[in-house]
Amino acid sequence: MQVLSPQFKPRATLALKDASLQAALGKARGGFVDKRAAAAAELPEFEQLREEAKAIKEHTLDHLDFYLERFEERVKAQGGQVHWARNAEDAQRIVLEICRKANAKTVTKGKSMVSEEVGINEVLEQEGIEVIETDLGEYIIQLAKEPPSHIIAPAVHKTKAQVSELFHAHHSKLGLTKVLTEVADLVNEARQVLRGKFFRADVGITGGNFLVAETGSSIIVTNEGNGDLTQTLARVHIVTSGIERVVPTLDDATTFLRLLARSATGQETETYTTVSSGPRRPGDPDGPEEYHVVLVDNGRSKMLAGRFREMLRCIRCGACMNHCPVYGAIGGHAYGWVYPGPMGSVLTPLFVGLDAAYDLPNACTLNGRCQSVCPVKIPLPDLLRELRHMQHEAKLSPWYQRAALAAWGFVASRPRLYHALTGLAVRALGWLGRGRGRFGYLPLASAWTKGRDLPAPQGKTFQEAWRERRGKSS
Amino acid sequence: MSEAREAILGSIRTALKRGPLSQPERQQLESQIATPPHHTRPHFGDDLARRFAAKLESRAATVVAVSRMADASGAVVDYLDRLGLPKAVAAAPALENLEWPQGLAVRFGRAETSDQVSVTPCFAGVAETGSLVLLSGPSSPTTLNFVPENHVVIVRAARIVRHFEDAWDLLRKEAGGIPRTVNVISGPSRTADVEQTIQLGAHGPRRLHVVVVNG
Amino acid sequence: MTSPVPAGPRIGLFATCLMDSFRPSVGFAAVKLLEDAGCTVEVPAAQTCCGQPALNSGDFATTRRLAKQVIETFAGFDYVVGPSGSCMATIKNDYPQLFADDPQWREKAEDLSRRSFELLSFLTDVLKVDRVKARFEGTVTYHDSCSGLRELGVKAQPRKLLATVEGLKLSEMQDAETCCGFGGTFCVKYPDISEKMASDKVANIEASGAGTLLGGDLGCLMNIAGRMKRLGKPVRVFHAAEVLAGMADGPGLAEPEVR
Repeated sequence: MQVLSPQFKPRATLALKDASLQAALGKARGGFVDKRAAAAAELPEFEQLREEAKAIKEHTLDHLDFYLERFEERVKAQGGQVHWARNAEDAQRIVLEICRKANAKTVTKGKSMVSEEVGINEVLEQEGIEVIETDLGEYIIQLAKEPPSHIIAPAVHKTKAQVSELFHAHHSKLGLTKVLTEVADLVNEARQVLRGKFFRADVGITGGNFLVAETGSSIIVTNEGNGDLTQTLARVHIVTSGIERVVPTLDDATTFLRLLARSATGQETETYTTVSSGPRRPGDPDGPEEYHVVLVDNGRSKMLAGRFREMLRCIRCGACMNHCPVYGAIGGHAYGWVYPGPMGSVLTPLFVGLDAAYDLPNACTLNGRCQSVCPVKIPLPDLLRELRHMQHEAKLSPWYQRAALAAWGFVASRPRLYHALTGLAVRALGWLGRGRGRFGYLPLASAWTKGRDLPAPQGKTFQEAWRERRGKSS
Repeated sequence: MSEAREAILGSIRTALKRGPLSQPERQQLESQIATPPHHTRPHFGDDLARRFAAKLESRAATVVAVSRMADASGAVVDYLDRLGLPKAVAAAPALENLEWPQGLAVRFGRAETSDQVSVTPCFAGVAETGSLVLLSGPSSPTTLNFVPENHVVIVRAARIVRHFEDAWDLLRKEAGGIPRTVNVISGPSRTADVEQTIQLGAHGPRRLHVVVVNG
Repeated sequence: MTSPVPAGPRIGLFATCLMDSFRPSVGFAAVKLLEDAGCTVEVPAAQTCCGQPALNSGDFATTRRLAKQVIETFAGFDYVVGPSGSCMATIKNDYPQLFADDPQWREKAEDLSRRSFELLSFLTDVLKVDRVKARFEGTVTYHDSCSGLRELGVKAQPRKLLATVEGLKLSEMQDAETCCGFGGTFCVKYPDISEKMASDKVANIEASGAGTLLGGDLGCLMNIAGRMKRLGKPVRVFHAAEVLAGMADGPGLAEPEVR
């Protein structure tokens, strides 16, 4: 997938001016937040579960090699195949080869962020294979030729009217020419169109929310049932999953399932949780003939070593972006790659480079709300600040910013000089601003005064006024 | 691909600053898998059947109770009548021994696109969230759970367990290893992908009807 | 609060840089509240800034230099108190982390961390102040600044004290806990996004029907007041300490001297 993160600023500005996007974001914002808060409040054990989930992940990461091998061994014993992908190219090649062997013409897909990350669709389409996203949100953005703007609600940026236009444009060719205005009718039409695809598909690709070492299983959760039709009706089922998704046992997975639905959509549970363990067994009247799991590293094993290891706990619930005021203002596309919002602002620089994704860690107010709702307690603000530190050390920040910081640091480490200079500046500004109490424009402060006035100082610094009133104490 | 496998495992071990785990260490982890640690589970009252039904209904499923297994097929006919559906169902072969009423066409096997109603058994019910645990196998095709617009599930009240972990325990004890597919179903299919408006019947069944057999 | 509070504790006031330059009246309000509660307050002249601008820009070396300055300046005080959740969270939470690899300074940073408090939570949680003698006629709404709220747990404390101000009525706004878009240097690095966030905040303030906005952090208050004035809104803005000290009779933030 093309990396547009370097254009973060202009894309964010466009997003702020996009009336449809702002309408869609406005509708989404409150819902996610309120539903999650209610779901968490209904479960007194929620905080305890967060702690335990974090501990399970930390244990698993400490023994990641063991659990992956254990998982592989169980999958093989059940007649499935495990493939290891070091990077995106490996993953693309593996999936393509499986599809070629299966002589695939049509591939259906359940929602998988890893497959977005490694760019599966493009490769299959170049091969002349028809690829159909079946999650309704993914289907909508596939028609619109856009990447997802949210990891669990990929089309959250689209209004009903836009979906209606898209469906009309694409479904008319199939003889469905009516312009639909009700959500129910739009969903029904998509159901009708996609039904045929499920039955025609040769290969079904899904993600894996969790991999279970105990049983050699992949687990997916959906509300629509699209993942189940994808993997049950196709001849071949391919699971694409990051290596960090493995957990030791079904019981461990259950702790995460309790957190995932509540954090993601504020549901107690998603409608469908499906545990898949290999291909069709003797006597089975249905199910895939082949079951493949593609374990994707793509930089994850390196993250395991350092400060960003904590990011490997992420279960892709989307709560951080649902609660991020910056995401809420600009939506997901401005971030310019697969993962938006706070988790994306940590991951994207690690995947595509500190320079290309320079803005992402910086476009954050460090308000901490993401961390407070993260089901596995990832300290996202600290990680974003660490990325800023790496950028600073690599001298990637703009020269004028580093110069200003150095000058300020020089003065702030010399209290006498600092107070002399602030005293002068405050006196001047206080005198200039006393009439209105604020400045609508100020040279050198135009970034501040662009959208807001600057309150005028009161005329003296506190230090000066204090010493005038109280003498030279301390 | 074994090259990639070794590269990834090697990279993990480098990051963890160690080599492969020793045999005793592996055995220790194996034994932890064999006896999973007891994690926190939601606490709730003892009327499991009531909670099970209430939770399912809260997600737009319908629930009826009958007193014995012989009445279950009658409940299916009632359901068809209520919805004005033709008297024909696709049922899991596992239900072949059920007494099916005259006048109801029952086809046993996997689902076909023309099927409007499926009837399946259920391995266990979970009171925690009001969820049904269905296992794939020669006598219980998975397609029945997703293809028809109406899915009727017959569950014995005695098989309603408290937590998911209890269902996994049953699975470990009774099913003889994990089946190809375990479907945990907690309501009819739904989506909220258009303007966060909840719409039932996105891809899977539009309606889920649960018959609880008390006897 | 492991150790008991000494009688008449000696407080070093952390005069935050925004307070020092833009709103000394907040400093005097803080002093009055602390002295009314029986404290002795001193204002060390050798202080400048906690270093947060450098910290949040990823310049940890400069931050450490300034942190050492703060640690040394405030070495002898029973407590260090400042009228800002964000500066005090930096001192309390970030300083010890900054010296993770330097045992000597880490110890000093942890000692300072234990003695450091945000003003309003210090009054209620440590000094056990449960009422103030102040009067303020009107309806106010309260913006929970992010650092104070999430890093220091400041939420109930200001409301508890404000409830004892005669004549004051609190009308909570929608999304009081949502960031106003200040974020330190964020607001000048990403002014468009910041402006949108501030506008949302202003809309919620207006919808609350309150005539006055209060908060515990000058950065956020300057941002919101600036946006509010730009949009021509009449809502006044004060630091909560000014109201609690009975010193909110002068001009609010961004208001002219003579009203």
